[in-house]
Amino acid sequence: MDLNSLIAKLHPLERAVLPVLQKERELSAIARASKLDETEAMRALQWLENKKILTLKSKPTRVLVLGVNGKKYQQEGLPEKKILNVLTKEFQGMSVIARKANVSDEEVNACIGVLKRKSAIDLLKGKELMAKLGPQGDTYKQAFPEERFLKRSFPLPFDSLTEEDRLALDDLQKRKELVKVEEQKRITVELTELGRKLAATKIDGDVVNRLTTEMLVTGNWKKKKFRAYDVEINVPRIFGGRKHFENEAISYIRRIWLDMGFTEMTGKYVQSAFWDMDALFVPQDHPAREMQDTFYLSRKAKLPKLWEKIQKVHENGADTGSKGWQTPFSKEETQKILLRTHTTVLSAQTLSKLKKEDLPAKFFAIGKVFRNEALDWKHLFAFYQVEGIVVDPHANLKHLKGYLREFYQKMGYEKVRMRPAHFPYTEPSLEVDVFHPVKKEWVELGGAGIFRPEVVKPLLGFDCPVLAWGQGMGRIIGEYWKMTDVRDLYKNDVKQSREMKAWLR
Amino acid sequence: MPTITLNKTELEKLIGKKLPLEQLKDRISMLGTDLEKIEGDEIHVEVFPNRPDMLSEQGFARALSSFIGVKTGLRKYNVKKSGHKVIIDKSVTMRPYTACAIVKNLRLTDEKIKELMQIQEKLATTHGRNRKKSAYGVYPLERITFPVRYEARDPKTIRFRPLGFERAISAAEVVELHPKGKEYAHLTAGWTKYPFFVDAAGKILSLLPFTNSHDTGKVDEMTKDVFVECSGIDLENVKVALNILVTMLGDMGGEIYSLEMAYEDKSIKSMVTPDLMAGKMKVDREYINQRLGLELSDAEMKKMLERMGYGYEKGMAFVPVYRADILHQADLMEDVAIAYGYENFKESIPTMVTIGQEDQAEKFYEKLRDGLVGFRLLEVKNYHLMNGVELNEKMMEKGKGIALLNSLGEHNHLRHSLLPSLLKNLSDNKHHEFPQDLFEIGRVFFADAEEETNVGEEDRLGIVVCHEKTDFTEIRQILDALLVYLGVEGKVKETKDPRFIAGRVGEILIGSKKIGVIGEIHPAVLEKWGITVPAVGMEVDVGKMLELAQ
Repeated sequence: MDLNSLIAKLHPLERAVLPVLQKERELSAIARASKLDETEAMRALQWLENKKILTLKSKPTRVLVLGVNGKKYQQEGLPEKKILNVLTKEFQGMSVIARKANVSDEEVNACIGVLKRKSAIDLLKGKELMAKLGPQGDTYKQAFPEERFLKRSFPLPFDSLTEEDRLALDDLQKRKELVKVEEQKRITVELTELGRKLAATKIDGDVVNRLTTEMLVTGNWKKKKFRAYDVEINVPRIFGGRKHFENEAISYIRRIWLDMGFTEMTGKYVQSAFWDMDALFVPQDHPAREMQDTFYLSRKAKLPKLWEKIQKVHENGADTGSKGWQTPFSKEETQKILLRTHTTVLSAQTLSKLKKEDLPAKFFAIGKVFRNEALDWKHLFAFYQVEGIVVDPHANLKHLKGYLREFYQKMGYEKVRMRPAHFPYTEPSLEVDVFHPVKKEWVELGGAGIFRPEVVKPLLGFDCPVLAWGQGMGRIIGEYWKMTDVRDLYKNDVKQSREMKAWLR
Repeated sequence: MPTITLNKTELEKLIGKKLPLEQLKDRISMLGTDLEKIEGDEIHVEVFPNRPDMLSEQGFARALSSFIGVKTGLRKYNVKKSGHKVIIDKSVTMRPYTACAIVKNLRLTDEKIKELMQIQEKLATTHGRNRKKSAYGVYPLERITFPVRYEARDPKTIRFRPLGFERAISAAEVVELHPKGKEYAHLTAGWTKYPFFVDAAGKILSLLPFTNSHDTGKVDEMTKDVFVECSGIDLENVKVALNILVTMLGDMGGEIYSLEMAYEDKSIKSMVTPDLMAGKMKVDREYINQRLGLELSDAEMKKMLERMGYGYEKGMAFVPVYRADILHQADLMEDVAIAYGYENFKESIPTMVTIGQEDQAEKFYEKLRDGLVGFRLLEVKNYHLMNGVELNEKMMEKGKGIALLNSLGEHNHLRHSLLPSLLKNLSDNKHHEFPQDLFEIGRVFFADAEEETNVGEEDRLGIVVCHEKTDFTEIRQILDALLVYLGVEGKVKETKDPRFIAGRVGEILIGSKKIGVIGEIHPAVLEKWGITVPAVGMEVDVGKMLELAQ
């Protein structure tokens, strides 16, 4: 880079340190000479190092630093010196001495011992302790070695201490918060070839950092020179607001079904066993109804009149042409309250409200369903299902395959396959697999089928083909974001949510 | 659903054909069982609960052999009369039904005995609903003197040696000492008497629904003839179970003999089991063709049904005796579809017109989200279930949330508010950068006697703003901006709420309707969640908001 463009991009801090580098080599000295604090000076030096103008060297050294009291006494002078200053050849009481010298009682007590050892004072014990100048008193009044030592400039390299310094230090170290030895890094600078050239060049310090309203109003900017920035370096990150990534995927899926002419169904999460199970011809002793599979609440549902009809369908098929389950139907069982185990409950409720003149009709739902599971990396107690029904007197199995293939193609899966399966409310029942284009294998995504007449006839009032599906969504969504732990969907880690790639399908 | 393990070589022998591996895999899947894996000679398959007849190697092979066209049509099983009798005593009210049979001339190897045990277990788990509905026993015939009695007795008066035990114990001790006694004790709660099978010589054959006797009920390689018993609380259920077991033994080469079931209370008139007469069902060809979108002729229909093990003659299907799942035409239709091959249905979408319509509330929530992300808020999605401590103690509240009866995990209450969820989020994100300004649109739950379920549900919007310098003004600004965005006028009226700092909390009103609450979160609440940065928040009923915005 040529020297001029290098100069144009110099930050004000860099401009401050550069001129002193001719003379000073050590960080604290550079900071002092450039009138910056050490952190600012250090930042400037690091930037300069990045630009290959200098190299920084760091060497661990032992140094003496002042403690809290050390700093205080450096300013005010040592209390023993202050006491010495007010002493005369006559004995005086300690309280008088403390007041005259402006030191605290505590400090007086600490100083007596020090001064006595140096023979700087004589003491007289009486009702109150009294003191006067001792044999060495006048000498110490003239020059007090510890005080002289304190007046030096700290941090003080340990290596530079003289024999006399060490004696003073020994005394000072015994006292609270005066001086201590620390391991510090001594940072020195060495200019590179480029640095030497730059330091020898006169750098104009008068550049503008920011454009201001004042400059614009006065037109002042015309006379200014703008500092050039390094536009290539990284800047601190910001984050905008965002929808939850899963909702981005859900919006997309809603769009697909709406585009295909489906009407959206929604409904309650808390349902009766009647709607969630019995209206769907799930036998009352079906394993899925057991406590370890389904969440129950300790309440009892009010039943719609329809329940008596459903009871007969279970017991003997009623007018559906079916034999029914040939087992007694329990009202208590059907009144149980649970968290819906599938969105198919919404389809059942929709059918119960539909009239003949509404046909053909198509509905979809995307909703949470619940299973009694403890959370772990592959199990959630609540997850989404994509539900759909087509109520059409002319519907058949080929159409079911057609709708689902269309959906999965829009989700990015070209090939769809159906296998025989079993669900209590559909006949035929099928399992839907999609062909995973990367893994090259069939992946199971959910169930589908044509509702049984035992489901349709009592709810709708007449028999009619109803194509139905309930597809899992977690797998497709997890796959898109390459999740290995299903709990990550609802971890709500703000870092994860902020940095998640958008749903771009 | 039960998973069974089949031996490939044995299966191929039973089917009467060897298929290439890929084809075998494909056929197993397309027959209607979930193929889990094939490892060497072991095939692992999940059998759906509507087909308990396929739980045994014989039953599975029977179905597969028909399906691939080797041996199609209805299987015939000969039943000879044994001339013996089982007497069902009036006392067995707790498990009143049994159906029994004799099978002779079996050649049982160690493998076959294991299979026999396995099918009984799997069948009792699925078809017998974990022995609740029915359970089964197989006994060496040679040790039994007919007539056998099925009767209930006081277990304290009976001693016998249960299977797997070294010595005889009191029948009353079986519940505590025998593994099956412990496992199924809950089925017999409240019983003072238990059902036993006892032979004419007074020997105990078994104690139901737990275990056979070791002395009279242990089948080994020397056993050639067996007595089979299926007993439970549902007559149809035990009869089908017996059919599944005897046809399996028949396929193993056994000869089937019937027994007379004499019910002493005459509730059931003389009955001979097993009854292997196929059931009949008229085939509605038009219905099946219409639902499947096919045009199968009578001959084709016959071919399809025969591939699924049915017999067919002049519009009439003969349903195999081991199938309990054929309730309706629809069930025949499914089997026809399977025989036709699910892979052979050509997908199509009919050209009928329907107009798509989105749910008004869902649409409104999308609009809300659009607005809120414009205010730089980050959306979170939380579980509807939390624990009681999070909903109450940590929020300075009491008795909130609706408890679940039977949660397996720690999330055992339906939440009543979004604020606990949002505070949990702040608590979980302490180590990340601030500000953390979050919102959630989600459902909350509360008791409501007006509802069918006695539980009311409401969708809410919750917002929390958390950083060093936040205060009431900031959350109020967000509320105001939101109201402007929706074009409604609202106001805030001072209120009291222990979750917020007193004097810095208000209720949100649109007109005179209260729709929510807004304020500075109380430091006592923040402390309970371990949050060390100030936070403000609000929560509104978005259903009401939509109503009032329109």
